[in-house]
Amino acid sequence: MSDPKKETMDQGRRRFLGAGAAAAATIAPGVTLMQVASAKPDDQPVSDKNRWGLLIDTTKCASGCDACVQACNEEFNLQPQHGPRTDPHWIRKVEVRDTATGRTFSLPMMCQHCENPPCADVCPTGASFRRDDGIVLVDRHICIGCRYCMMACPYKARSFVHEEIPEEDKNVNAPRGKGCVEACTLCVHRVDKGRQPACVEACNGDGHKAMIFGDLKDPGSEISRELKKYPSTQIRADLRLNPGVFYKGI
Amino acid sequence: MKYAQFLLACITVALLGSATAFAAAPVPHIPEPEGAEKCVEPEDVMRRQHFEFIKHQRDETMRRGIRTSKYSFKECINCHVVKDEAGRAVSIEDDRHFCNACHSYAAVTVDCFQCHKSTPAEPKMGSLEQPERSLAGLIERLETVSGARR
Ligand code: SF4
Ligand code: SF4
Repeated sequence: MSDPKKETMDQGRRRFLGAGAAAAATIAPGVTLMQVASAKPDDQPVSDKNRWGLLIDTTKCASGCDACVQACNEEFNLQPQHGPRTDPHWIRKVEVRDTATGRTFSLPMMCQHCENPPCADVCPTGASFRRDDGIVLVDRHICIGCRYCMMACPYKARSFVHEEIPEEDKNVNAPRGKGCVEACTLCVHRVDKGRQPACVEACNGDGHKAMIFGDLKDPGSEISRELKKYPSTQIRADLRLNPGVFYKGI
Repeated sequence: MKYAQFLLACITVALLGSATAFAAAPVPHIPEPEGAEKCVEPEDVMRRQHFEFIKHQRDETMRRGIRTSKYSFKECINCHVVKDEAGRAVSIEDDRHFCNACHSYAAVTVDCFQCHKSTPAEPKMGSLEQPERSLAGLIERLETVSGARR
């Protein structure tokens, strides 16, 4: 991935074909691109043959940049306007300082899409659940807004909708309403169509390329190849939740 | 004779009365859909069972990622559009909205639109206002960055 030309080409294809394209890109042009794992037919259910994840390279993530946060806000029409206590935050930038060395760096933090999600364990209604492909969601149709999941999540990844959403602010990608808990959906509406999450697209578009999205179960995917080659960390790995989000350089 | 006359008068009044009441009874006016020739199911089936279809599809989409369009709520909204004088699709807050036609007639509250958009999605939402709002969000968010939440 050191050749910038190749990277741009790959990126273009990825955008066109979706996440599974990394595997497909190695195939000669013209050869059955329909094998791309992520281009799931609309009538097929998701399966545990995939596990979607993110790899975030904190050495590439620029301090002060919040392209990913902005992209998320735009994708879901989130309107941060009343301050941090009540604003929705599906993804936030965290500035970190190593107290031993003084090194500072920044990283985006969102729902880690845990394999063993405590949010789902504590949910009394079954609204919090993990899809077969590893994406953790809130089914707002049955969420009662008790906020147990918010307390259970070690990553503070969830927020609560405090106010009614006016008609003009409603979005079709993830309908949201007062009284429900919400969090990063890993852009499930895009993933199901073989596209990349909005944050990843924005980070790549900005040229930082700090985020890679892909299938952790596909050994040929870019994310799996990177994870195999370089050291990476899951935040609070000691909790054994096996998050789907990996970080490099922390 | 007097009695017979009285009876006749009574019947006439009653008949007239009910006839007027009948004529004045409001009948829901169901707007024609915009997008397609016909609905995904026959009208009588839809009238009774539309919610079963939508709810079934809701769980299929939410839980299993099935995104077929036949019973998709989004598609209902895209097709059953009612426009106002200015040619804009009216929202659920407007009496003329497709769902309101029957739901207000039958006095059944629709909860869907607490979250769902009641008009078709525009290709791009809030083009002018967006960046400024987002910028405010950026500044607020930066304050929270170093401190822990809550
Ligand atoms: S990060 Fe939090 S909200 Fe996301 S799956 Fe894990 S426990 Fe649940
Ligand atoms: S707030 Fe909703 S999703 Fe969270 S635990 Fe309660 S019912 Fe479940």
